[in-house]
Amino acid sequence: MGHHSFSGGVHPPDSKAQTASKAIENCPLPEELVLPLMMHIGAPASAVVAVGDRVLHGDLIAAPRGFVSAGIHASTSGEVIALEPRPHVSGSRLLSIVIRPDGEDRWAQGPGEADPNELSTDQLRDRIRDAGIVGLGGATFPTQVKLSPPEGKKIDTLLINGVECEPFLTADHRLMLEQGERILDGMEILRCLLAVDQVILGIEENKPDAIVAMRQICKGTSIEVCPLPVRYPQGAEKQLIFAACGREVPSGGLPMDVGVVVQNVATAASISDAVRYGRALTERICTVSGPAVAQPKNLRIRIGTPLTHLVEVCGGLKEEAAKILLGGPMMGMAQMNLAASATKGTSGLLVFGSSSLPKMLQGPCIRCGRCVSACPVRISPTTIAAYARLDMIDEAQQCHAMDCIECGCCTYTCPAALPLVQSVRHAKGAIVARRRKV
Amino acid sequence: MFSAILTLGVMGLLAALALGFAARKFAVEVDPRELALLEVMPGANCGACGFPGCGGFAKALLEGKAMVTDCSPGGADTVERIAHILGVEAIAAEPEVAVVLCQGDNLRARDKYIYQGLEDCVAAQSLAQGPKACPGGCLGLGTCARICPFDAIEMTAEGLAVISREKCTGCRKCVSACPRKVIAMTPLRTTVHVLCNSHDKGALVRKYCELGCIACHLCVKASPGAYKVENSLAQVDYDSHCDATGGIGKCPTKCIRDFILGYPEGSSFSPPVVPVQAEENP
Repeated sequence: MGHHSFSGGVHPPDSKAQTASKAIENCPLPEELVLPLMMHIGAPASAVVAVGDRVLHGDLIAAPRGFVSAGIHASTSGEVIALEPRPHVSGSRLLSIVIRPDGEDRWAQGPGEADPNELSTDQLRDRIRDAGIVGLGGATFPTQVKLSPPEGKKIDTLLINGVECEPFLTADHRLMLEQGERILDGMEILRCLLAVDQVILGIEENKPDAIVAMRQICKGTSIEVCPLPVRYPQGAEKQLIFAACGREVPSGGLPMDVGVVVQNVATAASISDAVRYGRALTERICTVSGPAVAQPKNLRIRIGTPLTHLVEVCGGLKEEAAKILLGGPMMGMAQMNLAASATKGTSGLLVFGSSSLPKMLQGPCIRCGRCVSACPVRISPTTIAAYARLDMIDEAQQCHAMDCIECGCCTYTCPAALPLVQSVRHAKGAIVARRRKV
Repeated sequence: MFSAILTLGVMGLLAALALGFAARKFAVEVDPRELALLEVMPGANCGACGFPGCGGFAKALLEGKAMVTDCSPGGADTVERIAHILGVEAIAAEPEVAVVLCQGDNLRARDKYIYQGLEDCVAAQSLAQGPKACPGGCLGLGTCARICPFDAIEMTAEGLAVISREKCTGCRKCVSACPRKVIAMTPLRTTVHVLCNSHDKGALVRKYCELGCIACHLCVKASPGAYKVENSLAQVDYDSHCDATGGIGKCPTKCIRDFILGYPEGSSFSPPVVPVQAEENP
């Protein structure tokens, strides 16, 4: 195990030193919490509270709509003061529930405590769904969907993702160091739920202390802690499966096609809270970092905390923000200001001043092939980008544009500073739009 | 030597006979009308009719799947000839041109963020609805200019799409390509347009654009019937056939333009020829 190596990848400077040794701090309550109804992949939730309602911490405030959707819960006790479009991390204004905290932070009754060993798999899955848990690695795919493999799909391996290969981010790293027991409990629950024998926890080798800590915690269980070589995107689902299990997910396929379910360490920890204590997903760990942040920190934040509040808690900005990213620098979503608030997928908030941004001038493709050798899914980004520019969508599809995981290796490595990922994403958008039309 | 000539000669003869036989036996019958139709079509294969090229349109016409008037690039002339070949009567559609309803180039309209990326409006629009602060304004990355089969759209140095009234054939390709829906089809007879596409309230429009409509209704008062204001945006009421020139000077933000007097600033297109009536009544 762990001897396989995916092809391609890059080695960006990891820049984790600023926060790697800083313990997780609790982020103080902001003046208001803004919870958008759209913070997961799938159908947006629909609000079940009205303006003026009083809510308790953990109360369901928006119910899932459909199977691929997730409920949203109040992340503190207080009053619903607005139900209106607010700035969203996507850049648009989307319907959000605004809560003014009362400062008491009283928990709702909820489904109560339970012993996971006495629950059936359906009950386990229901508790996870009712807690509104989504993949906390950043993709925010509803977790109960991943845990409900269709008939005929045999799952034999549970892979827990503690790789955290994005530069700057140390949220999962700190979680493994400080709250390893929660992760272990979540892993055991997932093992029962999926009835698998093999459980692997993948951690990148640049976190030796986390590897030691998790090995210590997992002693006596059959969980295997698997150190993985440092290379971006080691934490991408399909690359991780290949590195840890030696199985290759086919083009267009899902991890369950090769009998694997992958969950992030933070997701496992919140599964433990949901199943054992009946607590909904209302908080997460978020790394606030970047050269422009005065005091970079790892924060335990409530879902819905305004980004401006996070920056204030970290001592404000040293210089004017020139680039704001949610998530890591390789795949993170750029923000035009700090008006939005943190969602379930906000693993990091990075702020850069203009002095720390590379000054790159776009040039023509010199066909050096660096993007091709860096691509971890073995497609040819420059070819697809050229087709995308010419609106040759069929050809882009034949070049397997849909296999792109948008990891950013090609753009990172391009000496001509071409926006390759964006071009491929553009082609993917056109392919999907045409599929819908047909 | 002689045998070689004989062998090749006989082989050539045999091949010629086989080809001649095949040409008669397997001949594909082509409707003579289809060839005639192809003759009169513009031949740009632009797809404005909704069929794959002029050949596809000709076939569709003969199968009764297309309307005689569907070829807008051809204009009234082509429609008449098609109708003649098919032996039907054509009701000529009113000729239309596409107009970019925006003058907010990089000097006049504010951006909400700095966009660095693919030079394509659709790609830019997918990032927080595009860099331009105005939700309806031209993004200026030239997707329409690249897609235009008639080279009728130019991008000014300051990033504004301008459509030539002479070159535009009304094929609507740019209309469907524009992610911000800032290009509108307008009757060719009208040269006066309100060049704004923002439905925001006036106070907000002023914050991000110097040439945006603030829905002050002065144009409506100046030229009764020629303008309408809907959803905080004035528009020329093209169906009213009223004279809209009275509103031009009244507009405080100068977003009403008569193309006879010139294209938006930065454009290299020369204004269309002044109609004869204008000279008669100075």
